[in-house]
Amino acid sequence: MTLLDFFSRNSAELITLTFEHLFLVVVSTGIAILIGVPLGILLTRKPALSKPVLGFANIMQTVPSLALFGFLIPLNVYLFHVKILGGIGARTAIVALVLYALLPIIRNTFIGISNVDPAIRDAGRGMGMTDRQLLFQVELPLALGVIIAGVRVATVICVGTATIAAAIDAGGLGRYIFRGLRANDNVLILAGAVPAALIAVAADLLLGYVERAIQFGGAIQWRSKKLLWSGAVSLLLIFGVVSFFLRGPAGRIAVGSKDFTEQVILGEILAQAIEAKTGLQVVRRFDLGGNLAHEALIAGELDLYVEYTGTALLAILKSRPLTDPQEVLRRVKTEYASRFKLDWTEPLGFNNTFAILVRGDDAKRLRLKTITDASKISAQWRAGFGQDFMSRSDGYPGFAQTYGFHFQEIREMDLSLTYRALAENQVDLIAGNSTDGLISRYGFFQLEDDRHYFPPYDAVPVARQATLQKHPEVRSVLQQLGGILTVDEMRKLNYAVDGEKRQPGEVAREFLHRNGILS
Amino acid sequence: MTNGQTTIEFRDVSFALADGRKLLANLNLQVNNGETLVLLGRSGSGKTTTMKLINRLIDPTSGEVRVDGKPTIEWDPIRLRRRIGYVIQEVGLFPHLTVEENIGVVPRLEGWDADRIQARARALLTMVGLDADRFARRYPRELSGGQRQRVGVARALAADPPVILLDEPFGALDPITRREIQQEFRSLQHELGKTMVFVTHDIAEAFVLATRIALLKDGEMILLGLPAELLQSRHPEARAFAQCFHDSQSTGSSA
Repeated sequence: MTLLDFFSRNSAELITLTFEHLFLVVVSTGIAILIGVPLGILLTRKPALSKPVLGFANIMQTVPSLALFGFLIPLNVYLFHVKILGGIGARTAIVALVLYALLPIIRNTFIGISNVDPAIRDAGRGMGMTDRQLLFQVELPLALGVIIAGVRVATVICVGTATIAAAIDAGGLGRYIFRGLRANDNVLILAGAVPAALIAVAADLLLGYVERAIQFGGAIQWRSKKLLWSGAVSLLLIFGVVSFFLRGPAGRIAVGSKDFTEQVILGEILAQAIEAKTGLQVVRRFDLGGNLAHEALIAGELDLYVEYTGTALLAILKSRPLTDPQEVLRRVKTEYASRFKLDWTEPLGFNNTFAILVRGDDAKRLRLKTITDASKISAQWRAGFGQDFMSRSDGYPGFAQTYGFHFQEIREMDLSLTYRALAENQVDLIAGNSTDGLISRYGFFQLEDDRHYFPPYDAVPVARQATLQKHPEVRSVLQQLGGILTVDEMRKLNYAVDGEKRQPGEVAREFLHRNGILS
Repeated sequence: MTNGQTTIEFRDVSFALADGRKLLANLNLQVNNGETLVLLGRSGSGKTTTMKLINRLIDPTSGEVRVDGKPTIEWDPIRLRRRIGYVIQEVGLFPHLTVEENIGVVPRLEGWDADRIQARARALLTMVGLDADRFARRYPRELSGGQRQRVGVARALAADPPVILLDEPFGALDPITRREIQQEFRSLQHELGKTMVFVTHDIAEAFVLATRIALLKDGEMILLGLPAELLQSRHPEARAFAQCFHDSQSTGSSA
């Protein structure tokens, strides 16, 4: 499928995502202007502040965006009972984007005003202008071109960074990019990247034009410049407000998912089953990276999502690894109930554990069956592991120790990229997920965990107790979904999305039909 | 205006920078109502410093400057400056405003209505010898140096201030334009009868315009008197300027 085919088939979604993207960029840049320009002006009046303030803005720009999101999400800041900071979604993304956009705006405002010819400033003061009159009638108009240049840089930064906001359910074209990375689909990646790049170029050209036009004595006269500005500001406000309300009515039940295909399919299965059986309105907040879904559940921004017992035990409860599936489920159930007021409902029926994978032909040629077989020849091998696997307590360190692995090289990369790296001979062994549809697509071979190192990862919907009490009908839906999936079935569903490029929602709908949940 | 009285008076005025460098020492000077006092001196002699003390762009380190009998530090700087027209070298025009808007700055700050400002700007353009229909809507960069200076003078006159300060207003002009504009300015002086303080390093210009000349050197006033008195002085700095004046007269150039 070519990119143009993709666009023509998904034009409605493309438009929605583009508008979400523009919403993030316009609102963030707008807020950054409202904060940055006055701050830049303040620095020209109190030059002693310029070093610390510009230093802070500089540092903000060097913080990686995912790290910044991770820092902002657990926060809970209220202003007049309105949450202004923390949690998942557009709010946190906008806060992060504003922090990135501030530097060029503050800096250019400061420099633009500082560079106004001192003789002109003296003339203004000598004519009896107050500081405010000098600022608004002389300094700001003369610095405007430089300030616009700063806004231009900030806007382009925001367009780029906003793609990453998809990781915290803020929407935008980043959704295509993340989906594409997950599914190893270049067309999808481009479907997000190309429009984002076009927006960046268009914004750059447009603001470049404004920048030139606004230079004094240019095509636009000062009075029409004022008009142009008030026009631009009101347009921005209207756009922001409209986009905000277009984001849909607040739903009653928020279903979440982590940021990989299986989770999105499971999220769709939960969401569609609840919609069909209860008539409640469901909001989907998918593609949440790391432990964001858990954080959001605790913060009350999500009502339920599918968690894995092993993940909860190790990554969230920070307990030591256990191997008995029943014991693990019991532990997380009790701990979650007492610590978080969250309920583990019916297990869905499959275990998504780590799968140690090699290329099929390697397995055949070298007669590899178990992980122990592979460990004996690993000194010549390069391994590719996701950040998750490298850092968790049931991940790489214990794994290497248990089996005695010494790789020639370990490359740490995004989980979704490890499959491609293995297929393209860039690495020789990866740690994937046992339910991954790509395993069969690429013909990878899963080595047997002969020393039983990996804990169980049974998939179970986790829900807020408050939600289940308020809507007991949700609990009965979840009971019906108990045991509905096997590893094989899950792998098929994953392959339908990752391999056959079908929509997760459609795959979930078919599955629910087949199993009589939907009629 | 208080006829016949002193409008500007320096009493033992010194000014030093924060680092202690003295730019002006013990200046005592009176500017009489309606006269044009020229501050003459080389670069760095303290001429511009003296001028900035009058409209409170700077405050004296010691001594006091009185305007209309009241020390400048007791004046609200904004009220004081609106009573004093100010012309500096050509850069003083605001590049983002048209000629008409530049002239109208102080009237607008004073809250005049738009029609009155426009009428005033056009009248002043005519007074300084520029065709209002042609020049009112131009930007400063669309004017020649001489035209810009005329606009600068018109702007300083806009709200009809009793005092006008001019800091080397014609410094950047070619000699011919400069001579022309000096002659015009001289007749304007007679017509308006304003009190003026005029800074220049050009003795020929001083002779054309001055009622009295104050000669400054290294922050001190070494002579105050009529132009003819300067030519007679035995002070080396006065003789240096006088020599310069004789040279310019014999070659027929003004600068």
